[in-house]
Amino acid sequence: MENIYLWIVLSPLVGAIIAGFFGNKVGRAGAHWATNIGVAISCVLSLYVFKHINIDGGASFNGSVYTWMVVDGLRLEVGFLVDQLTSMMMVVVTFVSLMVHIYTIGYMKEDPGYQRFFSYISLFTFSMLMLVMSNNFMQLFFGWEAVGLVSYLLIGFWYTRDTAIYANMKAFLVNRVGDFGFLLGIAGILMYFGSLDYATVFAGVDGIKDLKMEIFPGHEWSVMTVICISLFIGAMGKSAQVPLHVWLPDSMEGPTPISALIHAATMVTAGIFMVTRMSPLFEFSETALSFILVIGAITALFMGFLGLIQNDIKRVVAYSTLSQLGYMTVALGASAYAAGVFHLMTHAFFKALLFLGAGSVIIAMHHEQDMRKMGGLRKYMPFTWITSLIGSLALIGTPFFAGFYSKDSIILAVQQSQIAGSSFAYFAVLAGVFITALYSFRMYFLVFHGKERMDEHTREHLHETDKVVWVPLVLLAIPSVVIGAVFVGDMAFGDFFGKAIFVLPEHDVLAQLSKDYFHGWFSMGLHVLAPGPILAASGVGVAWFLYMKRPDIPEWFQQKLSFVHHVLENKYFADRFNEIVFAGGSLSIGKLLWKVGDIKLIDGLVVNGSAKSVGYISSVIRHIQTGYLYHYAFAMIIGLIVLMGLFVL
Amino acid sequence: MIALSDYLTLGAIMFSLSVAGIFLNRKNIIIILMSIELMLLSVNINFVAFSHFLGDLSGQVFVFFILTVAAAEAAIGLAILVVLFRNKRTIDVDELDTMKG
Repeated sequence: MENIYLWIVLSPLVGAIIAGFFGNKVGRAGAHWATNIGVAISCVLSLYVFKHINIDGGASFNGSVYTWMVVDGLRLEVGFLVDQLTSMMMVVVTFVSLMVHIYTIGYMKEDPGYQRFFSYISLFTFSMLMLVMSNNFMQLFFGWEAVGLVSYLLIGFWYTRDTAIYANMKAFLVNRVGDFGFLLGIAGILMYFGSLDYATVFAGVDGIKDLKMEIFPGHEWSVMTVICISLFIGAMGKSAQVPLHVWLPDSMEGPTPISALIHAATMVTAGIFMVTRMSPLFEFSETALSFILVIGAITALFMGFLGLIQNDIKRVVAYSTLSQLGYMTVALGASAYAAGVFHLMTHAFFKALLFLGAGSVIIAMHHEQDMRKMGGLRKYMPFTWITSLIGSLALIGTPFFAGFYSKDSIILAVQQSQIAGSSFAYFAVLAGVFITALYSFRMYFLVFHGKERMDEHTREHLHETDKVVWVPLVLLAIPSVVIGAVFVGDMAFGDFFGKAIFVLPEHDVLAQLSKDYFHGWFSMGLHVLAPGPILAASGVGVAWFLYMKRPDIPEWFQQKLSFVHHVLENKYFADRFNEIVFAGGSLSIGKLLWKVGDIKLIDGLVVNGSAKSVGYISSVIRHIQTGYLYHYAFAMIIGLIVLMGLFVL
Repeated sequence: MIALSDYLTLGAIMFSLSVAGIFLNRKNIIIILMSIELMLLSVNINFVAFSHFLGDLSGQVFVFFILTVAAAEAAIGLAILVVLFRNKRTIDVDELDTMKG
């Protein structure tokens, strides 16, 4: 089995190297074949591992394959931990990645950076697999930074655009903030547990959970709380939770395939995965769980609002991603890790589908992304239309679709949760359902129905996109429909993850739900009178009324409530706040250090100052040097006499 | 019989004269060179005197070496002087202050 794990990780890397370093030799076709085959091998083997571990009940694997170094008794290793959680993540990552690889053949057809792009996304697949399969914090951090790097490279893929450069720098900087917290968390773990290996750390929790530490004198904190919140700050950066969410909407500057792969399906869920993986730690800090719950709830609700007023098709999907990541985070906070990961999985499929669908629309519209210039695309692009409809239905939580099961599990879990902040979170996720339905179907109606608002030239060229583009859509649409019903019983309410997820009995909301509420996927689907589906249906209804029937109402709203619109338009001023306080603040600190520290102190006082004092002293001393031979001779004689005198005396 | 102290007195007088010659002279570099030669000679006189009175010939052998080196030194010194005169058109000590700080 060990060889299989190595193959899964290394085959995308080989593809990335071939496409990246030998891209000119192997040509465009060579590059896409090399990377596609690499990822396909990885995907097939992941499915095999999934079957072996999760379906046949095979043993999970935990072992190191390579010792990088041993420093002061601390072993830094490359190792794999493959259990039920990992194998599920591997399938999600490689499957979505494979779909995106195929789709890219069509989407990037005319781009000069074709080979480079394939190399990057294969490298991303490698990094993400390293992240999810690691069995220690060092490798987790490696994968964490590697996906961040690839994300940076891909957001700035069209590096001649100013906006792309700005966006990738922003993503990089915001992620550094998160990574700083993450690194502090890892350092805390190393300090208190003395090891970076998951198994050792989780086994040592009992000895640490009651310890206190003083960060500020006089204030005692539980060690677990400090470590968990630090780790979660890392997750906030990667998974774009408020207030570190600002980079994700801007990351849409990158090509659409990577928006689907990295910024919707996989990389941004790394934080969710990480917290789930660390559940044996997080369970012992209710403060951290409450913090997670509240942050998640704020993200889920308030990012949804922003989706309502966006006109760029990709940005609507981006805000919807933010909001759904908030749902997953809420699930983590309520200790319903399984539900969070379940939503992660279903979301990966339907959100990748929505993004790729949006990309298909963008290709057909000749790279026009403004929804106000679309409309009525339904009859031109049947495959894109039907798959996008499926994706939207799954997203809003229509009964029997994938998103319904995962999202309703989360809502029910939050309702059950007793942790501080859970009543606010319950309200936020319920309101979020309505908002999600509203913006999703606003987008759907604006793009696929209604008047055709594009210009004549574009309309003439409208047609369904290539096979390589719509086949992945269909392949993603299938799991978007069925995967919820198939796995809800085991994954959310069953014992699917086994020992991979640890929940304290008093927090275990899902176990309670499965006892009191859950009676099979079919009867759960029939609970249409639960608040979730009703809110979703009313959201769709409102969207239809506002954007199909009476399009004047949104405009009236925009004029009458211009204040609200202004706030939403400016994204709650988060960007402006960051620009003024953090960017402006560091600029002025930098300017202060430059003007005072560098120019005055270092240049003025130390460097030029010492040179000046040497100059001044020598200008005094130079008068001794007359240049006359007899003066020098005289000095020598005097010196000689003095020396001799000293010697004699 | 001339005593050792007489030779030593002669040497000391010659040395003092040459030292005085070096820094009392304001006119001519040649005089400085001559003073240096005189210094060496006074030292030689000391050597010869000690050698004679101590009955050790190595002092006189040393004198030969010093004289040889002094000859070479005088040749070089004069050569430098010629070049200096060519460049500066003067060998006046008071005007040679290019080393002034």
